[in-house]
Amino acid sequence: MGKATGSVAVAAAALMVLAGCGGGGDSSAQGGASSGAAAPQTLNVFAAASLKDTFTTIEKQFEQENPGTDVKLTFAGSSDLATQIANGAPADVFASADDKNMAKVTQPGLNQGEPARFATNTLQIAVAPNDPKGIKGLSDLANPANKVVVCAPQVPCGSAAQKVEQAAGVDIEPVSEEQDVKSVLSKVTSGNADAGLVYVTDVTAAKGTVQGVSFPESSKAVNNYPIVALKSSQNAELATKWVQAVTGPTGQQTLKAAGFGAP
Amino acid sequence: MWIPASIGFALIALPVFGLLLRADWAEMPSLLLSDAALDALRLSLITAGVSTVLCLLFGGPLAVILARGRLERRPRLLGSIRSIVLLPLVLPPVVGGLALLFLLGRTGLVGRGLDLAFGITVPFTTAAVILAQTFVAMPFLVVSLEGALRTAGERYEAVAATLGASPALAFRRVTVPLVLPGLASGLVLAFARCMGEFGATISFAGSLEGTTRTLPLLVYLQRESDESGAVALSLLLVVVSLVVIVVGRPRGMDGRG
Repeated sequence: MGKATGSVAVAAAALMVLAGCGGGGDSSAQGGASSGAAAPQTLNVFAAASLKDTFTTIEKQFEQENPGTDVKLTFAGSSDLATQIANGAPADVFASADDKNMAKVTQPGLNQGEPARFATNTLQIAVAPNDPKGIKGLSDLANPANKVVVCAPQVPCGSAAQKVEQAAGVDIEPVSEEQDVKSVLSKVTSGNADAGLVYVTDVTAAKGTVQGVSFPESSKAVNNYPIVALKSSQNAELATKWVQAVTGPTGQQTLKAAGFGAP
Repeated sequence: MWIPASIGFALIALPVFGLLLRADWAEMPSLLLSDAALDALRLSLITAGVSTVLCLLFGGPLAVILARGRLERRPRLLGSIRSIVLLPLVLPPVVGGLALLFLLGRTGLVGRGLDLAFGITVPFTTAAVILAQTFVAMPFLVVSLEGALRTAGERYEAVAATLGASPALAFRRVTVPLVLPGLASGLVLAFARCMGEFGATISFAGSLEGTTRTLPLLVYLQRESDESGAVALSLLLVVVSLVVIVVGRPRGMDGRG
């Protein structure tokens, strides 16, 4: 009994010490951010992993058109980014790969203005170059002789995969349900899977290491990409400019070249 | 001493305490009794059990050789072997998973042959989970056991030999009982490490309910769509790990050798 009371006291003392540490860390981080903002302006853009190539291209144009601006891009799964923003990550703009994860930011009212849809993405079957297994459509993925990898239903590419399966009346038995679309792609590029359901843009980005097989049912699961400036932004004007750059003609051209559909 | 020690303790205990605060206790039973959770728990326990046995079968002899082996011509060889055996302790598990994939994947060094000759593909199978777990957990057993063997020394065996015991008898009746606490602590650590294995499993074995989706993989996936489900599963993992450590804790882990 005495021992238990003792450890509670220890934990409480440690809690206070830790709280002190946390406060110190925060203030120094803020100091760093403000001194950084004094010289070049920094814009923190949090974007879905599938936007990596296109946003990197747009970043270069944007920094040229806005001298003295340093755009910092952070790419990860949309749900991770939404969680980070909801927990106070210093982001100025959020670009999500689906509406569901955008809602995690807009529902608590962390956004500034309404999200704008700027791109769409659809699924494609990724197979090895020259399609050695002769995969022509979704029904070939139901063939147990083919090792198929898809995304898990919990992540956007997985729920899209479920929708197209239902639309086609096909029941795919995957050998693995991956966490994200890039993991699916890498299982195909490494030759460990015969086929995978990925986005059109992933096939384009794979630059010939895989081949894409289109199928009509893909139109049943179109992913919308919304973007929004965030309320916590230190530089609302610049954040709005970035949103305009993405939704404007040059941004749209870059996205189209990567395989994204029009919003 | 109490202040830094308290901070150290808090750093470990408070995050787990935070999990308890976030838990949705009313929903807990239904979250934990879902098919996905039960499948993952069963798979985790089975694979961790098999992996621990493999660690004993292969890591045990490895530890004996590292502790007792003599290589007259290449005195440094054992040191190099030891460094390699310890690699999984410091490598990021994802790297281990990739290494396994490049070896045993369908286009890998050994995997290609297995596929062509026998039609066997290792990734995406429960065997791949076990391999990944054994890969990351084996050093824990080797280190514990080698340490115990070195601490025990060879005096008692020498005495047994002068009394007429054969090396095999001395090993069985003298060495093994001496290192039993160290061996047990190594086994517990290896099992716990297997239960928590994530990176190597997800990159080598994939993730499919009932086949390769162990508890840590399910937690990672669940977090995408359902935080309270992820918290519930995390707590389950914490409880299982605590049970392993507390119940299975041999004297050797109390710091008494």
